[in-house]
Amino acid sequence: MMILDDFFWRAVIAGMGVAIVAGPLGCFVVWRRMSYLGDTMAHSALLGVALGFFLEVNLMLGVFAVAIVVALLLFFFQRQKQLANDAVLGTLSHASLAMGVLMISLMVWVRIDLMAYLFGDILAVSLVDLYWIYGGGFFILLTLFLLWRPLLAITFDQELAQAEDVPVVRVEFLFMLLIAAVIALSMKIIGILLVTSLLIIPVSAARRFSRTPEQMALGGALIGMASVGLGLGASLQIDTPSGPSIVISAVMFFFAANLLPQKK
Amino acid sequence: MSSNRETAANYSRTEENNQILLQTRDLSLVTGGRELLTDITLTVSAGEIVTVIGPNGTGKTTLLRVLLGLIPPNAGSIFKKAKLRIGYLPQKVNVDPILPLSVSRIMKLTGNYSSRQIKIALEETGVASLREKPIYQLSGGEFQRVMLARTLLRSPELLVLDEPVQGVDYMGESELYKLIANLRTSHGCGVLMVSHDLHVVMASTDRVLCLNQHICCEGQPEDVSRHPEYLRMFGLDSGSALAVYSHHHDHTHHISGTLKEDSQ
Repeated sequence: MMILDDFFWRAVIAGMGVAIVAGPLGCFVVWRRMSYLGDTMAHSALLGVALGFFLEVNLMLGVFAVAIVVALLLFFFQRQKQLANDAVLGTLSHASLAMGVLMISLMVWVRIDLMAYLFGDILAVSLVDLYWIYGGGFFILLTLFLLWRPLLAITFDQELAQAEDVPVVRVEFLFMLLIAAVIALSMKIIGILLVTSLLIIPVSAARRFSRTPEQMALGGALIGMASVGLGLGASLQIDTPSGPSIVISAVMFFFAANLLPQKK
Repeated sequence: MSSNRETAANYSRTEENNQILLQTRDLSLVTGGRELLTDITLTVSAGEIVTVIGPNGTGKTTLLRVLLGLIPPNAGSIFKKAKLRIGYLPQKVNVDPILPLSVSRIMKLTGNYSSRQIKIALEETGVASLREKPIYQLSGGEFQRVMLARTLLRSPELLVLDEPVQGVDYMGESELYKLIANLRTSHGCGVLMVSHDLHVVMASTDRVLCLNQHICCEGQPEDVSRHPEYLRMFGLDSGSALAVYSHHHDHTHHISGTLKEDSQ
């Protein structure tokens, strides 16, 4: 396919795929006030990248694996209830980021463009990445579709859901896996430091126009796609890093949606 | 309120309502070295309203959580009637405006109910007109009525209500308690509720348990409100207790008389 030979279009197609997945998943991140958790898992991605290089496996695999470990640690600490959640998140977030940077600087035999991983690089998307994004994205959406209702019930009230026979622990753990997966998939386009923005900003822009949870998910996906299109276009034109360009586009939608006068 | 109390009395005369729904023996819970519940022994039978009262932080909500199976106790036993259908109204629910949920949507969060079933349930609690409203626009009283209607969809044998009148104004409070007593009669279910208020709840309950980590006294509302443990717990001296009692008595005078004859 000709179009896939062009790095720009590969990035656009990859970014659209990521945005479609990030919309519905991002809704729950926002509804459940988990953006800091998303950040923590995203920061651990650098360690995943380092591991990927070290073990010479696909970087997404490394990122996914490390994010799962972070999710497990979080799960463990949450159940302990000794430490406040944000202290645990802050610790894990910085620990994994620091370990990632250390590991990369110790691996003198590989040359890694740190900026590209931290802030995204449209040159970096390969054909294999596209397969991962669309294959993985399909599974993420399918799983989320199956978890949609129990997740919504848990978001409304966890204990009520539990009392009404929703398997809370299992559903929450699967949800964490989905976040880990979407971080792994979108890392190359958006960059590690900005990856959660695609989960949070488009759905926050879509809230204004949504009357149901599903509308908000769909709106988030559409606004995310538009942001990717705009951002990557700008990135190509004026040679800016892809991640920040996409984020700024999304933020423009966010302000447009939330600052427009409310019609009663 | 008076007619309500009479129906309750009639009900207990005409129905076979001594079937035990829930019973605990010497239930204890220790968390993080702190004893939260000590030797709780209680019984809830079909058709009766049992209210657990006590100041904040005395373990009322914790007790409900243990009874619902959300927290495993450290010692003691819980007996539940086989396949007991419980309708639960939790204390704190996520009604964040970021989550676009309508009333009819939260009715079917964990079950498939027809719009006719939903309408009937909402009618029973007097809020059918709010069906399509977003939940974050409801007043405290409206919201609690919606949540009560939600419990009815499960055709409950036991209603477990955690602070059902929270966020409800004083006039609304007694209305809501009246509604709960009516639901008990029309559905023939037992009710176990938790409350930190003293007077209003007394009027529409059959039995009161005073909880202060352990059950410090229990019995009929009239007896409990004169019990020294109860008075000490709420910081009342016997003088003001008399005032409380006579105030209470003023409202339910002739009916509480009838009830006493019937139910003993």
